[in-house]
Amino acid sequence: MDFLNSIILLTNFIIVPGITYGSQLALGAIGVTLIYGVLRFANFAYGDLMAFGTMIVILVTWYLQSKGISFGLLPTALIALPVGILFTIAVSLFFDKTVFEYYREKKSNPVTFIVVSLGIMFVLNAVVRIIIGPNDINFMDGHKFIMKAREFKQLTGLNEGLAIKSTQVITLITTIITCALLFYFLNKTKTGKSMRAYSDNEDLALLSGIDPKRIVLLTWVIVSILATVAGTLYGLDKSFKPFTYFNNLLPIFAATIVGGIGNPLGAFYGGFLIAFSEIALTYAYKKFFKYLMPESLEPSTLIQFISTDYKFAISFAILIIVLIFRPNGIFKGKVI
Amino acid sequence: MSNILVKVENIVKSFGGLVALNDCSLDIKTNSITGIIGPNGSGKTTLFNVITGNLKPDTGNIFYNGIEITNYESHELFHLGILRTFQIAHEFTNMTVIENLMVVPGDQKGEKLLYSLLYDKKIKKEDEEIRDKAMEVLQFLKIEHLKNERAGNLSGGQKKLLELARTMMVDAKIVFLDEVGAGVNKTLLKDISESILKLNQDKGYTFCMIEHDFNFISELCDPVIVLAEGSVLFKGTAQEVKQNEQVIESYLGKGIKK
Ligand SMILES: Nc1ncnc2c1ncn2[C@@H]1O[C@H](COP(=O)(O)OP(=O)(O)O)[C@@H](O)[C@H]1O
Ligand SMILES: [Mg+2]
Repeated sequence: MDFLNSIILLTNFIIVPGITYGSQLALGAIGVTLIYGVLRFANFAYGDLMAFGTMIVILVTWYLQSKGISFGLLPTALIALPVGILFTIAVSLFFDKTVFEYYREKKSNPVTFIVVSLGIMFVLNAVVRIIIGPNDINFMDGHKFIMKAREFKQLTGLNEGLAIKSTQVITLITTIITCALLFYFLNKTKTGKSMRAYSDNEDLALLSGIDPKRIVLLTWVIVSILATVAGTLYGLDKSFKPFTYFNNLLPIFAATIVGGIGNPLGAFYGGFLIAFSEIALTYAYKKFFKYLMPESLEPSTLIQFISTDYKFAISFAILIIVLIFRPNGIFKGKVI
Repeated sequence: MSNILVKVENIVKSFGGLVALNDCSLDIKTNSITGIIGPNGSGKTTLFNVITGNLKPDTGNIFYNGIEITNYESHELFHLGILRTFQIAHEFTNMTVIENLMVVPGDQKGEKLLYSLLYDKKIKKEDEEIRDKAMEVLQFLKIEHLKNERAGNLSGGQKKLLELARTMMVDAKIVFLDEVGAGVNKTLLKDISESILKLNQDKGYTFCMIEHDFNFISELCDPVIVLAEGSVLFKGTAQEVKQNEQVIESYLGKGIKK
């Protein structure tokens, strides 16, 4: 019984949240890595692009709600999602046409691109705060729990409850569908292969008749979809606050780099690695050990590796460790 | 005049203070195998880069079949049938050999973005045709056993063959070969030279090739153009080049083997 309790405890506090947060980071990191692979720069505006997409989703959700439209048990935001995606694509293409294209044609170096993307980050940042404000917004409606901790306890008779929020299941399913479609596209379709080819060797791709404009357009479309989906899932699961989205840039970049920058599958795994590290290292294991240890050996402290206040330090530490020990594996074939 | 396929007129290209091409003019005849030789740094590769759209010239014009193509992008030139290989072999490292070839036809004309996402009989059929074509090319170059090898794992010589294979995926009009023979062993070199001849005679490809091995050049090329310090020093048959004093002088002390 104690053993089962301890397993449920970890599932409830580490595995379920880890899968959810990992999915959100994975989607974000794949977006960053695609931009890096194809457009060849680290896009610091990505967190705010996610915030922008989510903001549109929220506005449309509010509008729908005001008209009395809902999605039954599911959050209304899911109906609003396609609109959010379209707006985000429009914004990405707008900034590409007005800003990035200029530097691309000038063949500016990657550092210039980073600074330019920082500029766009500030602009998006301001736009979002002007339109929707800097405050925390909860836009999750619909059915909250698939399984409540109390129900689980009653059902199983265990001490520990397992709560599963519907947003967690929605996140997982959406991520699976999105990633399956994306990897099918990249690996199986001709256009997807052209995109990989362009990312692998631009000169050769051009000489193979691949139209760079088309690839760039396609990349922004895919990235905008990923950003909006990731942002919306994160917001539904936790809440929407522009500053949090900006902050999430760090774990997302860490996931991207851990996975090997420019490598979408790596970014996917990287997202989960960062999420699980963050959650597992900030969890207090006291109760867990209480279940497993004889009373005499019960821990007196919380057994928490790092306080949750420092969770961003974990991403940062992983980032630095990877950069120091595996820089070649990470920047394989890509020149910064 | 109509049998001139590519006309290069007064091209100047400099990198900072270094003038790599200095008022360079030359013609490439339709269906010829034109050789280009010259000491290291004489601007041969730069000439190719300028013609195939990798670099923009500072001044000068390039014509293809009478159309000016000076400012065309590489992928546009590709669709006109102008292809090239690189001196340092390029490949899509993380794709297999056959995948490398299958991306080559670039974007299908009229292929819609959304369309390509959908599972479609027509696309599937097209895909199979491209695969067949790729297999045919690999067989032609006798490297079909490498089809599932990751391109990044190929040897230098095999990468050169893959480059050549790429140019055969479409009906090219003219192919620029930048030292395909360098670093390739004798047997492979013979295969390559046979392939070039066969493509030239059977499929009407025009070739323009940079090569250091003069035997290789004299076997295949007529005419041979000698570049020195960014412009054309001499043009003639391989025999004439060999006997020309200016050419010999430009190579003196440069250690080029005859
Ligand atoms: N991208 C470049 N940037 C600066 N200098 C270059 C570049 N490409 C070529 N050069 C210089 O131009 C000259 C001609 O080079 P290249 O065309 O490669 O000669 P070749 O192929 O005949 O050996 C050389 O001095 C080379 O260093
Ligand atoms: Mg060269």
